[in-house]
Amino acid sequence: MSAMTSRLLSLVVLSAAVLLTGCERPPMQSEQHGYRGTGMVQVKNPRTLEDQAANNQVPFALPQAPAEGPRASQVYKNVQVLGGLSQGQFNRLMVSMASWVAPNEGCLYCHNPANFAEDSKYTKVVARRMIQMTQHINTDWTQHVAETGVTCYTCHRGNHIPQQVWFKRDQTPMGADFIGDRAGQNEPAPSVGLSSLPNDPFTPFLLGAEGIRVGGTYALPHDNRHSIKQAEWTYGLMTHMSESLGVNCTYCHNTRSFVSWQDSPPQRATAWYGIRMVRDVNVQYLEPLLGTFPHERLGEMGDVAKVYCATCHQGVYKPLNGAKMLDSFPELRAYTPNSDVKVSKR
Amino acid sequence: MPQYQNLFTTVQVTGPTSDGIHLGRGNDPRLGKPFMLHLAGRLGNAQIGPIYLGTLGLASLVFGTLAFNIIGMNMLASVNYDPIQFIRQLFWLALEPPAPQYGLHMPPLNQGGWWLIAGLFLTISIFLWWARTYRRARQLGMGTHVPWAFVSAIWLYLVLGFFRPLLMGCWCEAVPFGIFPHLDWTAAFSLRYGNLFYNPFHALSIVFLYGSVLLFAMHGATILAVSRYGGEREIEQIVDRGTASERAALFWRWTMGFNATMESIHRWAWWFAVLCPLVGGIGILLTGTVVDNWYLWAVKHGVAPPYPAVFPYTVDPATLTGGKP
Repeated sequence: MSAMTSRLLSLVVLSAAVLLTGCERPPMQSEQHGYRGTGMVQVKNPRTLEDQAANNQVPFALPQAPAEGPRASQVYKNVQVLGGLSQGQFNRLMVSMASWVAPNEGCLYCHNPANFAEDSKYTKVVARRMIQMTQHINTDWTQHVAETGVTCYTCHRGNHIPQQVWFKRDQTPMGADFIGDRAGQNEPAPSVGLSSLPNDPFTPFLLGAEGIRVGGTYALPHDNRHSIKQAEWTYGLMTHMSESLGVNCTYCHNTRSFVSWQDSPPQRATAWYGIRMVRDVNVQYLEPLLGTFPHERLGEMGDVAKVYCATCHQGVYKPLNGAKMLDSFPELRAYTPNSDVKVSKR
Repeated sequence: MPQYQNLFTTVQVTGPTSDGIHLGRGNDPRLGKPFMLHLAGRLGNAQIGPIYLGTLGLASLVFGTLAFNIIGMNMLASVNYDPIQFIRQLFWLALEPPAPQYGLHMPPLNQGGWWLIAGLFLTISIFLWWARTYRRARQLGMGTHVPWAFVSAIWLYLVLGFFRPLLMGCWCEAVPFGIFPHLDWTAAFSLRYGNLFYNPFHALSIVFLYGSVLLFAMHGATILAVSRYGGEREIEQIVDRGTASERAALFWRWTMGFNATMESIHRWAWWFAVLCPLVGGIGILLTGTVVDNWYLWAVKHGVAPPYPAVFPYTVDPATLTGGKP
């Protein structure tokens, strides 16, 4: 072998090695999930699972407080949602919430130290609405959250704002308006797994109620007028779901027919309710807070932070790996009848 | 001492460069003074040039460059004319076909108008290039097998970007110009029309694609294996079958009982290659126009087998009364 050939060969080997660093290293775990030979498997990277373990630890829960004694509404002023709890239960939940959402600032992140009862800080108004939202999810969306339910910590994990939220994006074409329109796609966007798919499928599907289904239910042309471009939007949303849950398409779909419910794993129905739940939360709870949030909390298009699948799931198909954290905080499950609390505008 | 190796050629025969045959009336002069390039000689012929450009070639290049620049300028504008972002995001960038609401009408330039113009120029360029390959083949006294094989590829191109969108009544059904975007389009196409793998013409196309690869490997390997007997001089072997040809034929008769001949193997290769885009184009053309969901079509015709149900029966929640919207 001549010197030049060996130099060339080592260059090729070196470039191949560099290219391979973009991949996750084997071995992967493959778990059969459907009938044999149909490719219905879940592929998991045990090293990724290990990395995710710390993020999915359930925090220490304070011991339960006695349910007896005076009600919070009798002891404190301006308790609009949790007034039915005992003083002990109420304080336990408040302290827990502070540790979940503002571990460094504590009570003062939401409360005015001079007067805990007043609503002068926007964070307090938002927090009240979020408690109602949590109760609403745990009561009315059991098709998605089942008995496991959600708490503030499911999304917040020690952050003021959950780490994974979405805003509308400025899709105005850059420069001149006669050339270079991206049509909301064709850039390496993290929201759709760095693919070139439409990168804001959230506005039409998780805020609006545009149709997600594009596949036909008849063999021959019937009345299905959905275009391939629409299929790309749906594909973008599904890519987000797959990334958020750390699963393959086959977690919810039998890929030989994405449309067919008959061949789908039951998880698909859970996900269907999840999409509606997220839409409901965005429309009923988050968007109406627009006037409450200060300017610096809004996105580039002047909209509030909104939720999507990743907000709770954060890379695992059962948030907090399915830990039943809500069992320690039953007050977040109970639906407080006094739900028509006014959202004060600032 | 140089030696001949038939996997990687290390020996190059160099000699006076050749302009090729004399061209008759109606032909342009060839361009460039031929020269020898060692690296080119390692892969193929060491002589570079001269090139026959001609009127058709020049016109094709002009239209091709126009299309290339329209696509490129749209991509560049989409990153706000930032050359670094242009290179970093190049594989993601695209020129998209018109949005669905425009149907077959001419949309504004930035809503797909550029796509139509680029597509028109690219098509003109391809047709001119086709005519060029046809005329050059004729001028050299060759058959026209190369241009007709090219037609097969043009057929698939036209089905994807012209015939099928026309039949569907919407330019939006066509393919974007872009690296990843056209791949995403392919996946979305299959998702929208119920899994292209159940399209029999798609299956046939794959047969001819992989078949071409297999034939190419078998033929290349066979000829290299008998090159020690002069087997790579295929024309001589066709006219006066020598020991190389006999051994190659015997090898396949011994191993699989049947062999192609020195002539027929090239017909096999040509037809396999030509049929790949030909049947593929038919499969694309039928999608959406004649069949909407290939999986259901395959179930209807007993192609897709049923599997035992392993999941609990899942009801479409949208059909349940009381299911939230």
